[in-house]
Amino acid sequence: MDYSQFLAMQQEIGLLVVFLLVFLYDTFMPKRALGATAAVTCGLFALLTLGGFAMCVLDTTADAFSGMYQTSPIIVTIKNILNVGTLIVLIQSCQWANNDFTSVRRGEFYELLLVTLFGMYLMISARHFLLFVIGLECASLPLAAMVAFDKNHYESHEAAVKYILTAVFSSAVFMMGLSLVYALTGSLYFHDIYLTLTEQYPVMLCVALAFVMAGMGFKLSLVPFHLWTADVYQGAPTSVTSYLSVISKGSAAFAFLVILAQAFGTFYAGVWEWMLYGLIILTITVGNLFAIRQKNMKRFLAFSSISQAGYIMLGIIAMNATGTASLMYYILVYIFSNLAAFGVIQAIENKSGYVDMDDYKGLYKTNPRLAVVMMLAMFSLAGIPPFAGFFSKFFIFTGAIEQGSIEIYILVLIALINTIVSLYYYLLVVKAMFISPDECKIAPFASAATERLGLWICVAGIIALGIVSVFYNSLLKISEASYLLPLN
Amino acid sequence: MAVTLPLLILVLPLTMFLVLGLLGNRMSHRFAGVLGTLGMGATATMAYIVAFTYFFSGSPDFIDAQTGDRLQAIIFNVDWLHFYKDLTIRLGFLLDPISALLLVVITTISFMVHLYSNGYMEGEKGFQRYFAFLSLFSFSMLGLVVATNIFQMYIFWELVGASSYLLIGFYYTKPSAVSASKKAFIVTRFADLGFLIGILILSFYTGQFTFTDFTSALVDGTTNVYKVSEASAEAVRNIFQTSAAPMFMGASVLTWALVLIFMGGMGKSAMMPLHIWLPDAMEGPTPVSALIHAATMVVAGVYLVARLFPLYLMEVSALEIVTIVGAVTAFYAAMVACTQVDLKRVLAFSTISQIAFMMVALGVARPYIHEGMGYMAGMFHLFTHAMFKALLFLGAGALIHAVHSNDYTAMGGLRKYMPITHITFLIGCLAIAGIWPFSGFFSKDEILSACFEQHVFWGIWMTMVAGLTAFYMFRLYYRIFWWNEPDYGHHKPHDAPWTMSVPLIFLALVSVCAGWIPFGKLVTWNGEPYHIHIDWGFVAPLSLGVAIIGILLATVMYRKENALPDKVANSVHWLWNCCYHRFYWDELYMFITHKIIFQGVCKPIAWFDRHVIDGAMNGMAFVTNKLSYAIRGFQSGSVQMYVWWYLIGALLLGGILTVCIL
Repeated sequence: MDYSQFLAMQQEIGLLVVFLLVFLYDTFMPKRALGATAAVTCGLFALLTLGGFAMCVLDTTADAFSGMYQTSPIIVTIKNILNVGTLIVLIQSCQWANNDFTSVRRGEFYELLLVTLFGMYLMISARHFLLFVIGLECASLPLAAMVAFDKNHYESHEAAVKYILTAVFSSAVFMMGLSLVYALTGSLYFHDIYLTLTEQYPVMLCVALAFVMAGMGFKLSLVPFHLWTADVYQGAPTSVTSYLSVISKGSAAFAFLVILAQAFGTFYAGVWEWMLYGLIILTITVGNLFAIRQKNMKRFLAFSSISQAGYIMLGIIAMNATGTASLMYYILVYIFSNLAAFGVIQAIENKSGYVDMDDYKGLYKTNPRLAVVMMLAMFSLAGIPPFAGFFSKFFIFTGAIEQGSIEIYILVLIALINTIVSLYYYLLVVKAMFISPDECKIAPFASAATERLGLWICVAGIIALGIVSVFYNSLLKISEASYLLPLN
Repeated sequence: MAVTLPLLILVLPLTMFLVLGLLGNRMSHRFAGVLGTLGMGATATMAYIVAFTYFFSGSPDFIDAQTGDRLQAIIFNVDWLHFYKDLTIRLGFLLDPISALLLVVITTISFMVHLYSNGYMEGEKGFQRYFAFLSLFSFSMLGLVVATNIFQMYIFWELVGASSYLLIGFYYTKPSAVSASKKAFIVTRFADLGFLIGILILSFYTGQFTFTDFTSALVDGTTNVYKVSEASAEAVRNIFQTSAAPMFMGASVLTWALVLIFMGGMGKSAMMPLHIWLPDAMEGPTPVSALIHAATMVVAGVYLVARLFPLYLMEVSALEIVTIVGAVTAFYAAMVACTQVDLKRVLAFSTISQIAFMMVALGVARPYIHEGMGYMAGMFHLFTHAMFKALLFLGAGALIHAVHSNDYTAMGGLRKYMPITHITFLIGCLAIAGIWPFSGFFSKDEILSACFEQHVFWGIWMTMVAGLTAFYMFRLYYRIFWWNEPDYGHHKPHDAPWTMSVPLIFLALVSVCAGWIPFGKLVTWNGEPYHIHIDWGFVAPLSLGVAIIGILLATVMYRKENALPDKVANSVHWLWNCCYHRFYWDELYMFITHKIIFQGVCKPIAWFDRHVIDGAMNGMAFVTNKLSYAIRGFQSGSVQMYVWWYLIGALLLGGILTVCIL
């Protein structure tokens, strides 16, 4: 075996090194030095992120392990995007990780988090379903432990149980689908499946595709595979929720694109296009309808993130370079907007324990800066110009429309109408904070330096990502140069 | 040329806006003022370096070594929004004679106004906000003039409109200022509708936005240096002529596009009938009037026509419309200016009239008449007018500061109390009246020559307006500085502090000297240098003659308090009344908007909106709400049900598709 193949996995190796260093630090350092674990993790991870960006200038296209693993500039880029998001999550979680209840176990939190990220890396790079499933499980199971991290909270346990049970079930269905694919083609390599999959046994093919989609739909919380989302988001510690909602979702979305394009690309037109079509409409609409009625901020953002996942899927259904670029751009923007919202929620929760929308009434009077950040996040999520969210929605619609068929126009129209509905509930939050005359329950307070740093990064992203065009243009260039999509 | 300086010229004012806007409330007034002024001073310095490099360095990017023609250089042009394969919006920096000229004008006036405002606005509430808005305006205006494409110009055009709105409405607790700012915004915005349609027509047929693609050809062996060429403009015209429908309602589609674009210019440059916002805009602080409503924003329309001038040459009928609109406006505004009593209104109408001079100059310019002399004359007048009109406005500011009134009836005999203001104001008046050797004489003389060359009618018409200009400016001057003193009480008016006098003196010096700049060598429509010669045989004595007659008339009527003005006014009572009420344009607009548009159009629309649209929306909201309520059981909270739904979903997904395929 040629061991130099491992060199293709630079980012994975880097992440493992960070993981090991954190692990060693947490295990062997004297107790008084452990207070710095959070800072050490952030620092190491920041180095990893910078290293990832440095790799962008190289031509990183490489295969390893007879094609099971693949990397290319676009793969490096999406991993970088995830790294940025993870870094913000890490920074935002410092305050929580150092509180009295969590500090005993904070090392575990960081280790678990880094392992799940490793799993996501594998999902993105895998070109063989065996490796993919390893990545998927690696990204799912430790998350259950993270969801249960608040030992003292009953909801945290409930959420973890719900998560693990549905995750196991979904894995089973996913693997059932894979076994059917194997039965049809005799291989688990994406490329072989792409070449040999035929329409000879349509029932089996459709069931296999449906099961694969269901398995991925679970990770992405597409309707009707989303039911775990709200309970888990609400019960889990906010740091974990924010991680789940952006990083886990972002990586799954990109991996989904890779699978659908590279393994099942021949069955796009007329087959999985329609499956995804239905899922998108259901996801956006049902997510919105539920979001309207939510009172708890975390639950509210859970449904909002379900509906956002539907918009992300528009980048997949487009099946062109613009779609891919806009998908990555959407993930990037979504990371900044959603983490800004979660950052505010976390800061308030850490200080006062309030998480209901009613508690936010009049927030502007007591904590104007947090209220403004929350407003920016809501505007960006709703897609109001000139914030980044507007541009990400705009480009994702552009990509879908470039596909050109009439049914996609209708899909975009439905998505647009749903944007109006979403505007309503995002603005409810803004209204509560700014217009409501009630006295605010939340007393004025100064948030921790780390929380502020995280929020500043998010705000900068929300404002700059859209107006400064370099980001989208370079993503477009990268995705046009990549061979991610099959050449039709 | 390196990118750094041009980029900084844009970035610095924007940074100033952000810093002063976001952190201004934490600064002291003095610090914010000094910071803003220094920022603008630095911008002005850089703009001077860039402009001087352009005009005098002789670099092959800027001047053709063989012929000595001035070229157009695109310093940078970055993709901003990449919408689609064929549709990319770029932001860039185009350096050519007129943009270099405007860089100098804008930054000079803006710097002077910043400096002046330190004294004028002292102690005002919102001092920091004021400086932040000034920086925003300067940024927008600079972005407008260096635009490489018509879309960028449109973006900054609207930004200019928005920042002008903010500045006019600076005293937002004063109802008149609020309504003036709204009026300015709505009127110019309405005009911009025409501009936008013009842009859409132009880019729809030609598939491009960049100015140089419309008007210029690439110089051999370069990537970003262009030369103005009629061939490119002809190519654009041919695209229109070979299109499916080259004519629309009796005029070519290109003419329509150009006229609609000119409509945008009419709005910003306050040409009739879209001039009604400018006199009201005087509600803003006086330095703002000097910056926006005298020197920079209002010449944007002139600049727009100059920018697309080779295209306008292709459709002479569009140019004729420019000429007619300009000539009518010039005369109208001059008539009105003769009767107003509010000092700033007189200056506002004089501005309208002078801008119209520039429009006429562009309108009568033809390449076969003295190599497009009118174009050069218009740009020349733009430059000199910016200086002396800013001087007059800042002088007016000093007067208002001293007597706390805009009305000249509250002034009189002020020459004894305010010597610096008096001398500088007199210089401004002499310059605008066109007396040799002040700068206004040279530029106005060129405009009149160009008019006479085009048609003797335009020549006589504009000479008459020039005479009126001299009359109303000196009427104002005598009423303020001579006439009889009113009772000033024991607070005698006095000259302003140095922050306000220095700009006055500087601008007065420029107004005296600017005429000697060899403008023909620097700014011509196609870049070819052109030698200015003053026609002492006919036009120059004529224009000097009418100016002196105007001044003498004003001297007779207004030097000392007498009954002559009233007698004259009474003898042509109806005309005087008409002029005093600005020929009832505002009333006409009120009638059209309130009686016709509000009653006839808006009421039915409001009904439709309230009953049909709102009904549909409420219905939709009702259905959404009901749906949302109906499906709540879906999220039951029990894991068994979750798994159950999951399985059903997966099976249905496969099942339905199988049925469809089979």
